[in-house]
Amino acid sequence: MATLDQTTDEILQLAAKHFNVPAGQLRPEDDFFKKLGINSLQTLDLLTRLEQHFHIELPDYELQGVSDFRTLAERVYARL
Amino acid sequence: MLDLDQYNSLHEALSAALDRWPNETCLIEADRDRENARLTYRQFKETALPLASALQQAGLADDARCAILMTNQSKWLISAYAIFFCGGVLVPLDYKLPADDQLKLLAHSRAEFLIIEYPIWRNLTKSATLDSLAARVVLVTEAPANAELSGAKRWEDFRDAREPSLVPRRRADAACIVYSSGTGGRPKGCVLTHGNYLEQCKSLTRWYPFWPGVRYLSILPTNHAIDFMVGFIGPFVCGACVVHLRTLRPEFVRDAFVRYKITYVTLVPAIIKNLERGLRDKFGALPPWKRAMLDAMTAVNKRLTRKRPNLKLSRMLLPAVHKAFGGELLALITGGAFIEPSTLQFFYDLGIPVANGYGLTEACTVLTVNDLKPFRADTVGKPLPGVELRILNPDADAIGEVAAKSATIMSHYLDDPDMTAETIVDGWLFTGDLGRMDAHGHLQLFGRKKNMIVTEEGKNIYPEDIESVFERIPVKEFCVFAANYLWPARSMLGERLVLVVHPDSGKPVASEMVAAISESNRRLLNYKRVHGYLVWDSDFPRTASMKIKRGDLAEQIRASVSRESVVSL
Repeated sequence: MATLDQTTDEILQLAAKHFNVPAGQLRPEDDFFKKLGINSLQTLDLLTRLEQHFHIELPDYELQGVSDFRTLAERVYARL
Repeated sequence: MLDLDQYNSLHEALSAALDRWPNETCLIEADRDRENARLTYRQFKETALPLASALQQAGLADDARCAILMTNQSKWLISAYAIFFCGGVLVPLDYKLPADDQLKLLAHSRAEFLIIEYPIWRNLTKSATLDSLAARVVLVTEAPANAELSGAKRWEDFRDAREPSLVPRRRADAACIVYSSGTGGRPKGCVLTHGNYLEQCKSLTRWYPFWPGVRYLSILPTNHAIDFMVGFIGPFVCGACVVHLRTLRPEFVRDAFVRYKITYVTLVPAIIKNLERGLRDKFGALPPWKRAMLDAMTAVNKRLTRKRPNLKLSRMLLPAVHKAFGGELLALITGGAFIEPSTLQFFYDLGIPVANGYGLTEACTVLTVNDLKPFRADTVGKPLPGVELRILNPDADAIGEVAAKSATIMSHYLDDPDMTAETIVDGWLFTGDLGRMDAHGHLQLFGRKKNMIVTEEGKNIYPEDIESVFERIPVKEFCVFAANYLWPARSMLGERLVLVVHPDSGKPVASEMVAAISESNRRLLNYKRVHGYLVWDSDFPRTASMKIKRGDLAEQIRASVSRESVVSL
């Protein structure tokens, strides 16, 4: 089973690919709204991608108040 | 629908509705492709009254304030009704705000009770400013069985079997305190009365009626004035049904239109533009002969609906488009921000009227709306029955500040008599928006008089509120303005923020300053970022207490430099 760090890395790579950001530029503590310059609608899109990748269901409310990759990874990891 | 003139309060009207249509469905709650709940008006009452009773036992009485922090769902409306039933004042708060801002507004409103969804409560309890929370009763919905509730009680268990007593309110009594903007500066808590809501509901449903069988898809947050009216009060007093979706993923929203045969939905301009883009892409990918067919049918529809909508005909001419929206859609409703006429026209030509309106939280929900007789894409519609509009100090083109008088104008801003006195003068609400009435009685908007912008998602941004992030840039002084305030543009388009910087004397504009500005800018959410900077070489005019005289500075800038001097970032 993957560790939290591995899950975080996977999410960073997915986000970089999805939003066309050079891989390695995103860090776990980054605020994804600010770093990627995206709005809440685009974040929902990312959530859908994560669900497909990890084969989980991630309710919208899990993203309430979440703005950094690390916390997002924790929410994903808890459902793996 | 009910005759609202016979009621003095929202809960009297809502209670009558619950008894009038006991077997009609009032709420459907869906999550993705699953249905969580379906309630009739009778079941709504049976769920709400034990909650009202428990709230009463806990001391919720006349004018006590109770905040709701929830996403759109059935428990939002059930809780709101229970609060009104006890004579309480509802404080609907924005679940999308950061926790610290939510706590600030909770403190400002002095809410004694708080009803909140578990994930939002979980965030709130992690905030460093949680100590400011003064609510003595916190009810949390949908908390997992083993969740740490930090002193809160479970909403689902908070019931009392005793019969609660309905606490009568007068029309002039406060029903809600609704915050109309962010929190960086001065919270603006609009105190709206029971009379405001009843009158608004009466006038709005005259043009856009609901009836049993109508299904309203509630997507816009219910704490927002529009959804509260058209996604709760309006449908309920007419025996209609509200559909809640626990996800806002576009794919599930699309499915919901079809599954629930939605009649009305309210969307912010940003989402309507997204929909337009999606449809245009789809149309662009059609084989040429199909595309030609579509264009021909759209042209026929456009010609035949010039004077008024004819949904039956439009559905026949363009069946695939209408099927994708469920086949029973009467209108898309929009408001809260400017929407481009070309987008409105695009949907109307397909036979989907967009009820474009104009309103402010200070005016309850809406002042003007498109009456579709005929459809006009270039205006925000006509004043609703009972709304009087006046254009103050009109210029040669008859454009001036829009002022409104109506039974829907709020009572006051909470705890802010100065701002109230500036905003409501002799019963007229000064909107700060520039407009003109055309020969057909439609209102056209031309920009803002106030130093503010409204994003496509309907968020009001006051430049003063975002200045703190620029505190460390290496300049003598700086100030943020809305570009259309500095240089009135007579346009609702291209609303942008400009950072005015006064460099230290003798120091040329250095690349490090620009880098610092960009760096600070990136710390702002994308919709709050400044678009460019303007170098200003004189000292800013200031008051005795050293506050920048923004109006004077704006005037000086306007008189000596043009919009073109702004350097884009």
